[in-house]
Amino acid sequence: MTLDCDVVVVGAGIVGAACALRLAERGEAVVVVDRASPAGGATAAGMGHIVVMDGSEAQLDLTVSSRALWREHVGSMPDAVEYDPCGTLWIATDEEELATAEVKREVLRARGVEADLLTAAAVAEAEPGLCGGLAGGLRVPGDAVVYQPGATRWLLQRAVQAGAQLRPPVAVERVGDGRVALRDGTTLRARHVVVAAGGQTAALLETRALDDAIRPRKGHLAITSRAPGTCRHQLVELGYGRSAHGHAAESVAFNLQPRRTGQVLVGSSRQYGATDASVEPGVLGRMLRRAVALMPALAHLLIVRTWAGFRPATSDGLPLVGPLPHDPTVVLAAGHEGLGITTSMGTAALVEAIIHGAPSSVALAPFAPARAMAGGVGA
Amino acid sequence: MPDHICIRVDGVEHRVGAGTSVAAALWNAGVRAFRVSPSGAPRAPACGMGTCFECRVTIDGRPDTLSCQTPCREGMEVRTAHEA
Amino acid sequence: MKRERTEVLVVGGGPAGLAAAEAAAGAGRSVMLLDDNPRLGGQLWRADVRDAQSPHGREVDGRRRRLAAAGVVVRMATTVIDAEAPTRLWAHCADELLHLHADRVVLASGARELLLPFPGWTRPGVFGVGGLQALVKAGLDVDGRRVVVAGTGPLLLAVASALRRKGAKIVHVLEQTSRARLARFGLGLWRTPSKLTQGLSLMLRGGALPLRAGAWPCEAHGDPTLRRVTVTDARGSTSTIECDLLACGFGLVPQTRLARLLSCEVDDGVVVDALQRTSVPNVFAAGELCGIGGHEKALVEGQIAGLAAAGQLRSARALAGSRRRALAFARRLARDFALRDALRRLVTDDTIVCRCEDVPWSHVRDHTDARHTKLTTRCGMGPCQGRVCQPALAYLLGHGPDRPRPPLRPVPLGVLAELRTTIEGTAR
Ligand SMILES: Cc1cc2nc3c(=O)[nH]c(=O)nc-3n(C[C@H](O)[C@H](O)[C@H](O)COP(=O)(O)OP(=O)(O)OC[C@H]3O[C@@H](n4cnc5c(N)ncnc54)[C@H](O)[C@@H]3O)c2cc1C
Ligand SMILES: Cc1cc2nc3c(=O)[nH]c(=O)nc-3n(C[C@H](O)[C@H](O)[C@H](O)COP(=O)(O)OP(=O)(O)OC[C@H]3O[C@@H](n4cnc5c(N)ncnc54)[C@H](O)[C@@H]3O)c2cc1C
Ligand code: FES
Repeated sequence: MTLDCDVVVVGAGIVGAACALRLAERGEAVVVVDRASPAGGATAAGMGHIVVMDGSEAQLDLTVSSRALWREHVGSMPDAVEYDPCGTLWIATDEEELATAEVKREVLRARGVEADLLTAAAVAEAEPGLCGGLAGGLRVPGDAVVYQPGATRWLLQRAVQAGAQLRPPVAVERVGDGRVALRDGTTLRARHVVVAAGGQTAALLETRALDDAIRPRKGHLAITSRAPGTCRHQLVELGYGRSAHGHAAESVAFNLQPRRTGQVLVGSSRQYGATDASVEPGVLGRMLRRAVALMPALAHLLIVRTWAGFRPATSDGLPLVGPLPHDPTVVLAAGHEGLGITTSMGTAALVEAIIHGAPSSVALAPFAPARAMAGGVGA
Repeated sequence: MPDHICIRVDGVEHRVGAGTSVAAALWNAGVRAFRVSPSGAPRAPACGMGTCFECRVTIDGRPDTLSCQTPCREGMEVRTAHEA
Repeated sequence: MKRERTEVLVVGGGPAGLAAAEAAAGAGRSVMLLDDNPRLGGQLWRADVRDAQSPHGREVDGRRRRLAAAGVVVRMATTVIDAEAPTRLWAHCADELLHLHADRVVLASGARELLLPFPGWTRPGVFGVGGLQALVKAGLDVDGRRVVVAGTGPLLLAVASALRRKGAKIVHVLEQTSRARLARFGLGLWRTPSKLTQGLSLMLRGGALPLRAGAWPCEAHGDPTLRRVTVTDARGSTSTIECDLLACGFGLVPQTRLARLLSCEVDDGVVVDALQRTSVPNVFAAGELCGIGGHEKALVEGQIAGLAAAGQLRSARALAGSRRRALAFARRLARDFALRDALRRLVTDDTIVCRCEDVPWSHVRDHTDARHTKLTTRCGMGPCQGRVCQPALAYLLGHGPDRPRPPLRPVPLGVLAELRTTIEGTAR
């Protein structure tokens, strides 16, 4: 059987793009297939916060290593990536959250991640627009912000320079046994197929055992007109962790991002069960009320657009990265929920380690797809 | 209704006909840079009907207000890109 | 958030909306009419702040009095920004969020001008044609100014003569359509005897204005305010003329954003049946929103929509003949003022296409997909949300419209934060 290439990457979101680059740089002949223009899925709908998160050991491993990989490119990323090393300021609204901040600081420091506790006065000085009466904060200076559609295109361009081929848009219908069946009737054959189709991943597989493994978790965002200086860090309330890691049907949390244009990107909401991408007035209103409560100065800024997208969420908050137990030609790289921009880099490193059987600095086991399969392995 | 009212444009007082829109008043006063575009070019009203957003100025402290959709009021404070 | 209830809600206070409101109120319905302009009348009947006795001013005053007598609630400077359901809209007015709940909605949001990019079109001193007209009515002084009026359509001559009455010196009226087509249009006017067409045929015959058919501006020069315009024609000859103001508009495009947010079917305009019903139950549309055709079409469509929304289907149907004649006029307009291909070639690599975000033609010209263009170049991401560049790119590159998202017009975050659902378990 003649192969069309070494690896087909299905999906040109940020995860697929990062994987394509890593593999092409390793010398693999890579073909990237997407049904639409690159970076148009969840990648177009989110915030570009590069952030260390400590929801679990494995999440911490993956975000710390990913952030380090992003930072390797500081200075060489083109303007279009809009990399901004603004850092994160976690806001503690009360003593309980401040205690959380202290724990978080210790956890991060133990991993060599710089993090400083700020008093209420220091928070006010760092971010004068915030409301009074806060308990304090935790500053993580190494976190950053990117424009993720720009970052995705940059990754793809480099992949193409390294020899990867980006096919004109065509949908993939089925993946399995080293084959990728395209909607136009073509079948591509490869040694490995990396499936990075985000929330659509399970539908492309021959097994049905993963059909419920990735659920859409809807998120709303709003962007203001230009108002430079409104905030200087990505501002996130510590209660965000509860919203992100909890499983409430619907929650909102304060999450502000300074854009390089001087705009402010306002987030965010989390909802299970919604499948239609329309902006829900009730959720949007709640999210914005939370934003003005913590930063009253936002009230007079104009909102120019709002939108909603879907995070590809798994039940344990970790992506599915690894071969299918019954078909090792198929390697999944999907289900990154609200962290895929950050963890695209680390995911690509895992995928490279898996395909080359090379050692990985991040443990592979917690990400193995088998854990999420209905009816156990191979069902 | 009085024939004329006074507004301040970038700190300077101007007498304008009652009912005049802020956009018309600024143009009559010689303002040609209502706003400055992201690349630094001066911009002035184009559509006159609230479509193009080129006539944005700060009115009584409110940024990005459409001057073509706002009638002048006595004592109004207008800031253009000139001041920003 | 303030809640209001009405039987018929009319969005837009131009001829179509005014006629709809009057018809529905006349049929005994409670009616609310809103418009985002500070003054009633829409684009055509916009009152002149320096001349309360103008014919348009009197027309609007008369209608306003009739609406008041019929108990119609008129809310100006009020903008619909979002919808909870097709008949439950949120509007923004003076920092207040209103929740408007109606049984029937009549959309009459009119049209905006098609502004096409050409080198220098962003200079201060370059306006739309209706744009300059609106600004002059709002008090902009053109006395003694040299004005070039350019683009296409019957509006050019109407505006040029209005500007001249205000003391402007009309240097040129440049009509892109050919002399032959213009003559054909002029000859056709006898078939539509009315105030508008009478005036137009007078102007066409009178020739008092320096009208040049088959010519158009290809560059606006200045430092940076406009000083000169280069004009070209089908033979490719060019000349440069000194002027103070350039009014340039290439016809009108329906404002379908709200209709699309409500999921109404839209092609060249909102799709309606003979009773002005859209594809969405209880939502009607009238006027330029359904296709460009002038104010007489708007009036009759508004009347039909108002009657139909009030349940007076028989009276609405009785107007079918007038509607047919108005639509025939609309077809002649579209045919005789069709844009020539040469206008697609005015842009150069560094011509700004998206005025909000300063995106040049070279960044967008190779993209066929509007969404990808936006995400890659920021084209259409600014406060106008593509109101200017989207129709231009639809013409230049065949781009489709993007998905309308709330707020339909930028509003302060504090106002949008007041959004609260009023119906349980309903998405839009
Ligand atoms: C509101 C919100 C805020 C967020 N904020 C952040 C943040 O601040 N930081 C962060 O790190 N992450 C954030 N995220 C998460 C992040 O956006 C996602 O985790 C990430 O984009 C997932 O990337 P992906 O490449 O896996 O998926 P996608 O971007 O969805 O890519 C999948 C691709 O597969 C293609 N595809 C699907 N089906 C087929 C098929 N049959 N054939 C061919 N191609 C197909 C799609 O067209 C698409 O291009 C946020 C997400 C949301 C919704
Ligand atoms: C960091 C960041 C900053 C951003 N900043 C801005 C900004 O400053 N200004 C701004 O405007 N946007 C901004 N965006 C948002 C961006 O332009 C898109 O709006 C966003 O990516 C989400 O897309 P969307 O769903 O709103 O709509 P779109 O990108 O328009 O895509 C919607 C999809 O729906 C389809 N569609 C079209 N009409 C309909 C309809 N009536 N019903 C259903 N589907 C329809 C379209 O074909 C399209 O595929 C930003 C995005 C990011 C990630
Ligand atoms: S002039 Fe275009 S919005 Fe005011």
